[in-house]
Amino acid sequence: MADQNIHTTSTSNQDIFSKTVEQLAATDTNIVVVTSDSRGSGKLVSFGQKFPDQHIEVGIAEQNLVGVAAGLASCGKKTFAVSPACFLTARSFEQIKNDVAYSNNPVTLVGISAGVSYGALGSTHHSLHDFAALRAVNNISIVVPADNFETAAAVAYAANCNTPVYLRFGKKAMPHLQETGKENFEFGKGRVITSGADIAIIACGETVAPALEAAKKLATQNIHATVISMHTIKPLDTNLLASVANTCKAVITIEEHSVYGGLGEACAAYLLQQGIHVAFKIMGIPDEYTVTGSQTEILNHYGISESGIVDAAVRLIQQKEK
Amino acid sequence: MTEKELTIQSVLYRKKILQYIYQAKAGHTGGDLSCIDILNVLYNKVLRVSPETFNSPDRDRYVQSKGHCVEALYVVLASKGYFAEEDLNTICKYESHYIGHPTKKIKGIEQNTGALGHGLPICVGMAIAAKLDKKDYRVYTLLGDGELPEGSNWEAALTAAQYKLDNICVIIDKNQLQITGPTNEVCSTDPLPEKWESFGWAVREIDGNDIAALTAAFDALPFEKGKPSVIIANTIKGKGVSFMENQIKWHHGVPTEEQYHQAQHELDTVLQSLID
Repeated sequence: MADQNIHTTSTSNQDIFSKTVEQLAATDTNIVVVTSDSRGSGKLVSFGQKFPDQHIEVGIAEQNLVGVAAGLASCGKKTFAVSPACFLTARSFEQIKNDVAYSNNPVTLVGISAGVSYGALGSTHHSLHDFAALRAVNNISIVVPADNFETAAAVAYAANCNTPVYLRFGKKAMPHLQETGKENFEFGKGRVITSGADIAIIACGETVAPALEAAKKLATQNIHATVISMHTIKPLDTNLLASVANTCKAVITIEEHSVYGGLGEACAAYLLQQGIHVAFKIMGIPDEYTVTGSQTEILNHYGISESGIVDAAVRLIQQKEK
Repeated sequence: MTEKELTIQSVLYRKKILQYIYQAKAGHTGGDLSCIDILNVLYNKVLRVSPETFNSPDRDRYVQSKGHCVEALYVVLASKGYFAEEDLNTICKYESHYIGHPTKKIKGIEQNTGALGHGLPICVGMAIAAKLDKKDYRVYTLLGDGELPEGSNWEAALTAAQYKLDNICVIIDKNQLQITGPTNEVCSTDPLPEKWESFGWAVREIDGNDIAALTAAFDALPFEKGKPSVIIANTIKGKGVSFMENQIKWHHGVPTEEQYHQAQHELDTVLQSLID
C-alpha cells in the first residue's frame, strides 16, 4: 500500500539529474551540457568544474542555447540543453520545433524548476504550457519523472536516445515512490505504483506524491485506487490507460500544468476516440491568472493535494453511482 | 575549377534556377540570383565535402540560414551529383521531398532551415563540436541581410566570439532588399562591419558576385586566428537578369513565359561571350 511506499528524501530530481549526468560524463566524453546562465539552478556547478570541456555556457540566450545544442547533437554529441522550463519551452520554442524536432537533432531538452516550482515569482517563471506546446510538435518525446529513481532512469534513457526528448522536473525534494529495488522504469510505459479497482489516478511529475497520499486516505474510506506515474506523456501509454479505464469506475488525471493540452486532455482524447466512456476528471491549473503563493500553496489552492484529490475522487465516484 | 570556369558555371546555375522556378511556378528568384556566386565558389572551390564524404564526421558543413533561396542550393547540389537533376522537376509538387526550403531528406543538405535566424546558432554548435573533437572541419553559413534583425543571430555571434570559433565562417548575402523594401528602410543593420567587429568577429567586405573576390576571401580563412570570420558579400538581388536586378518584386516573383525566355536569352548571350 501507498503508506509503505513513500519515503521522503532530501534529494530533488534536479540534484539527481546532475549526479546522473556526471556519472554518464565520467565514461563518455560525448556527453555535453549546455546552459544559459542556469548552471546554479540546474545543480550543474560541480559538473562544470569536473568536466569543463563538456560544459558549454551561452549566457542568458535561450534561443541560442537550443540552436547550439542542435548543432552539437548533429555532430554526435549527447547534448543536454538545460534551462528553466518556462524559458526553454517558450522563448526558444521555434528552435525546439525546427532545429531539434524537425531536423531530428537528438537533443535532450531539460526543463528545470518546472510547473509552478518558482511559486511566488509569478507567471513569467511558471511553465504551465509546455506539455501542450510540445505535444503538438512532431518528433519529440515528453518525459516527466516523478521521483529520483525515475529521473535517473529517464536521464540515462535520454542520453542514448536517437530522437529528441523533453525532460521536465522541479526542484523540490522528492519521496521514493516504491521500495528500493522494486522500481521499474520503461520509457513510454506508465509506472503502476499501487493498484486498486475503484478509481485510477494518473499523475505525472511532482503530483504523483500527493496522488499516493490521497490513495492511502481513500483506502480508509474503502475506495481503492490505482496510482500511475505516467512519466511519459508523449508517446502516451494508451494500453495501460485503456486497461485502467475499462476496469475502474473513474479516472482522474493530475498534472502541474494547465488543464488545457496536457496529460489530462491526452488521456481524454484517447479514451473518447476509443469509445471508452468512464467518469473522468482533469486536475491541473485552471485557465486563469495563477494565484500567488509557494509551489505547495498554489497546488493546494487548485486541489492538487491529498485532501483535494480525495475530495475529487469521492465526488467523481458519487457522480458515477448516481 | 578556374576562375573562368566558375564564372561560366555561375551563368549555367542562373539558367537552371530560372528553369526550375519557372517550371515550379514558385521560388525566391531575386535572392537565388544574388547568392548563387557564393554557393558556386563554396561548392566548387572551398567545401571539403562531396556526395561520397557527406556522412563523414570530418566533412565541412554548410548550413543555409536563408533557407528560402533553396533553388540555388538545389541546382548546385544536383551539379555536384548529390542527386539526379531530374528530381528537381518535382520541386514543390505533391509528396515531393524538394520543398521550398532545405530539408535533410535531400542528400547534401545538413539541416532543415526556413525560419530565419536559425543557421548561425546551429553552426556555432557544430563549430564547438569540431573544437571538442579536435577536428579541422569548417562550418559555413549563409545569412541574408534581411534576416539580420533576428536576435538569435547576435546571441550566436556572441557565443562564437566567446569560444574563439575561428573555424566558423558567416557569409552575408547583402543584396539590400527584403520583401517589404530596402533593408535600410525596414530595419537598418548598418554599419555592418563595425557591428560584427564589435561582437568580436574578423570581417571582410567584398563584391559577393565577383568570383575572384569570393575565392580570395575564402582562401584567407580564418581572417584572424582565434576569431570567427564574417564575409559581408555585397550582392545584387536578381543579379544576371537585367529586369530583375534590384527590383523588389522579384523577391519571390515567378517569370511569365515571355520574361522567362528573355531572361534565358540574356544569360545565353553572356554565356556565349564567355565561351568565345
